[in-house]
Amino acid sequence: MGVLGHFIEEEGLPTAGISLIRMHTEIIRPPRALWVPFELGRPLGPPDNAAFQRRVLLALLRMFEAPDGPRLEDFPEDEPETDAITVLACPVDFSQTTVEDEETDQLKVAFRREIAAMRPWYDVAVARRQRTTVGVSGIGLEGLGDFIYAFIGGTEPDNPRDDIPLAYTLKFAVEDLQSYYIEGVTAQPGQEGAPSKVLTDWFWGETVASKVLLALKKVCEASKDEVMSQMGAHFLVPMEVVRRQESGTDSHQDG
Amino acid sequence: MVRLETMSEAERVITQRMAQICPSFETWPCVNGPPLSQRRVAIITTAGLHTRNDRPFQLVQDDYYRVIPGDVRANDLVMSHLSAGMDRTGYQRDWNVVFPLDRLRELVKEGIIGSVADFHYSYNSSRAKEDSTDPIREVAGFLKKDKVDAVLLFPS
Repeated sequence: MGVLGHFIEEEGLPTAGISLIRMHTEIIRPPRALWVPFELGRPLGPPDNAAFQRRVLLALLRMFEAPDGPRLEDFPEDEPETDAITVLACPVDFSQTTVEDEETDQLKVAFRREIAAMRPWYDVAVARRQRTTVGVSGIGLEGLGDFIYAFIGGTEPDNPRDDIPLAYTLKFAVEDLQSYYIEGVTAQPGQEGAPSKVLTDWFWGETVASKVLLALKKVCEASKDEVMSQMGAHFLVPMEVVRRQESGTDSHQDG
Repeated sequence: MVRLETMSEAERVITQRMAQICPSFETWPCVNGPPLSQRRVAIITTAGLHTRNDRPFQLVQDDYYRVIPGDVRANDLVMSHLSAGMDRTGYQRDWNVVFPLDRLRELVKEGIIGSVADFHYSYNSSRAKEDSTDPIREVAGFLKKDKVDAVLLFPS
């Protein structure tokens, strides 16, 4: 990001950017950077906290008032603690079905049931927030699970899009699936403010969907299609989850 | 928190490895402008955002950025960042976490900033590198045409 700032400033435009990794910003030395101690993926801090986001934004904007650069300042506040929620308590748990100890079709049944069980909460989330981040793949919710599962079943489906390769459609279907779950679960009672780690631990540690995606990763890695193989190797499952799987520790043990 | 001491060992190793390939420069351009209350502000994000009907990002040659209209609504925007590990849970609940357009619109109403640009720009971070300066300079040209004089950069 600091690199963008450098070149845009060279073109005569004032820039100010958020720094998430101070070490990198110290090397690049962009014109104006505000380091924030927030998680990657949230440069303005916590969601649904307009007052906090405003303070970050004002601190960044005020850097334009300094007469010279490069300047690197630290935002003085940490994200407010959301210590009320340390684990998600989902009343419906389909996750006992595994690829190893059940027939694959039973995994598919559990996957479908889990997706269906999340639907009322996803609908609540969309109604409450008046938005959804689901929809990058272009595959409707009704077909999302079956599209993903078809790869595991050995049947590569037709690409419903003509503007991107099938491997990318699959990648974005996987992201749509995760968005559907996270938007839904954070609409359930008492879980609106769940921290990101709690949410990702829940998704990758306790859902049938995560078992399907881990199986999908193996299928894609073995593909003769180079793009599909690369997608499976690097872009479907977070590296941290893969590492935990390989070391035999689940997300909760790894705390 | 993105502090080295709070990262996992794997994350720390990657962060330190990436530091070795961070570019450094011999000059540090720094442009001044009018008071904040007169500035026209644009957003550049590297979160792989784009409008719902726009093309998703791909790791292919010449696919650098997307244009986001200034009158975009929250439900118009989706994310096709390719990273599997990037935390999207904040953005999934509130777009202002990565694209604070609501906050900027509020600051305009309060007179703290002058106006918000007609267009904003989004990169997939893996392409926003120093080896592709032409598309960056190209965007700078469009920002000038939009009379922007404050560019806010938000990483992912």
